[in-house]
Amino acid sequence: MIRVVDLHKKFGRQEVLKGVHLELATGKVTTIVGTSGCGKTVLLKHLNALLRPDRGSVLIDGTDITKLAKEELYEMRGRFGVLFQGAALLDSMTVLDNVAFPLREKTEMSESEIRKKVEERLEQVGLEGMGYKYPAELSGGMRKRAGLARALIMDPEIVLFDEPTNGLDPVLATGIHQLITRTQKTFGFTAVVVSHSIPQVFEISDYVAILANGIIEEFKSTKEFQVSQNPVVQQFIRGETEGPIQAL
Amino acid sequence: MLSLLVQTGRFSLRVVHGMGGMFLFLLSALFLAFRRPAKIGLILYHIKTIGVDSLSVVFLSGFFTGMVMRFQGYYSLRQFNAESWLGSATALGLLRELGPVLAAFMVTGRTGSAMAAELGTMRATEQIDALDSMAIDPIKYLVSPRIMASLIAMPLLTAIFDVVGIYGAYLVGVGLLGVSSGSYFSGMESSVVFRDVYSGFIKSVSFGLIITWVCCYKGFHAPPMATGVSRATTESVVLSFILILVWDYFLTSVML
Ligand SMILES: Nc1ncnc2c1ncn2[C@@H]1O[C@H](COP(=O)(O)OP(=O)(O)OP(=O)(O)O)[C@@H](O)[C@H]1O
Ligand SMILES: [Mg+2]
Repeated sequence: MIRVVDLHKKFGRQEVLKGVHLELATGKVTTIVGTSGCGKTVLLKHLNALLRPDRGSVLIDGTDITKLAKEELYEMRGRFGVLFQGAALLDSMTVLDNVAFPLREKTEMSESEIRKKVEERLEQVGLEGMGYKYPAELSGGMRKRAGLARALIMDPEIVLFDEPTNGLDPVLATGIHQLITRTQKTFGFTAVVVSHSIPQVFEISDYVAILANGIIEEFKSTKEFQVSQNPVVQQFIRGETEGPIQAL
Repeated sequence: MLSLLVQTGRFSLRVVHGMGGMFLFLLSALFLAFRRPAKIGLILYHIKTIGVDSLSVVFLSGFFTGMVMRFQGYYSLRQFNAESWLGSATALGLLRELGPVLAAFMVTGRTGSAMAAELGTMRATEQIDALDSMAIDPIKYLVSPRIMASLIAMPLLTAIFDVVGIYGAYLVGVGLLGVSSGSYFSGMESSVVFRDVYSGFIKSVSFGLIITWVCCYKGFHAPPMATGVSRATTESVVLSFILILVWDYFLTSVML
């Protein structure tokens, strides 16, 4: 269980998070939606303490990770897999080495086992035979998928996906959604997905939260969310410029 | 009046804060370098990028520095009828001062700036965050091996600079100015002592540390945008040059 309690974050004078409360159920998929620039990535980065809040806490099974010292934090991070919005592959290495990187650094697996596992995962994300390429030689969507393979390679307990299907064609997007569902069912990890792919992302989510104006305006099970009468949700789903969400 | 005071105060605070940050950065990089697992492969790789890639510029600059020193030395020493000191003057100048300093300048320009740019780009594209999120300490992975490599590569490059410079000077002195080859080397042998070599060694090691420290720090903390990276690169080169000269003055005055 991940609990976000009264999270505040400012960048200079800009208040991005103004008291976010959120409870992410273990073994479930929670999707966070919201307008571009509303702070979804910032919120996600607080969940594994890549950013430290000005105020508030993030509790993972009761441990406040905003207060952990480095050693303990790194132990905690070992339970996470992260897909960054820009994939964040190490560009000095090939795709194969990128995906193999956590295994090489953090496990005692033999090189042949690592290769086997990595190639299997690359195949799952539709990158078979691309392992020898460098990130700069891939398209944006291919990079994203390589990042996805890296995020899942350690069989993490909690996975943070920052826009997993952004920049993918509809066919591939569905494929990635299915992959997330399938791996999630197999390994039972807790998933937090930030996504703009509405309504497709609802199919893989158990819960949906909407971040707007620095707080979570609505947090419901997917079914309830879709029929929510909350004006923020209504405006967002219909994509209207007039309403409680300040657009532009 | 008050606002001037406030401004000065703010500025000093920022400077002190920045310096403190730089020292902590260096300390943790050195500390992490000795923590397991040792990154031997990475250190070797960076010895290659620092050492081998700077070899050609160090070679060329050493050669021409030696030749210039010889010409200059010849014309100034001749006025005192002291041409016989040429060999020792060249060798001492190269070993104690010019070798370490100029080799360090070359490495700053060739490798240090590239380090700042590379780490700055990694910061901007979230690669440093990615390492951190995989529970891999980015300082241990990116900075410590570079610092260790520079401690090894820098004295070697300086030695090459010295030797090439001495032969460059030999070429000019013996080949063009007609000094006897025997007096060149015997003058050198009689005046250069181990202390001179040693002080050059100490300098080169500390310059190596300064270069990687400054350049990695600047790159590591570059604002995540193209102008941020370019500014970090420029600043890292300028600051390295200044620190090298200041530290050189300090060491020379202590070790003379
Ligand atoms: N490191 C930072 N320094 C300063 N401001 C930042 C920083 N990171 C984010 N911000 C600001 O915080 C706000 C939220 O950014 P964030 O990246 O979380 O948006 P987002 O919801 O993920 O948007 P998108 O859907 O476009 O990815 C933005 O206005 C951005 O300018
Ligand atoms: Mg984002």
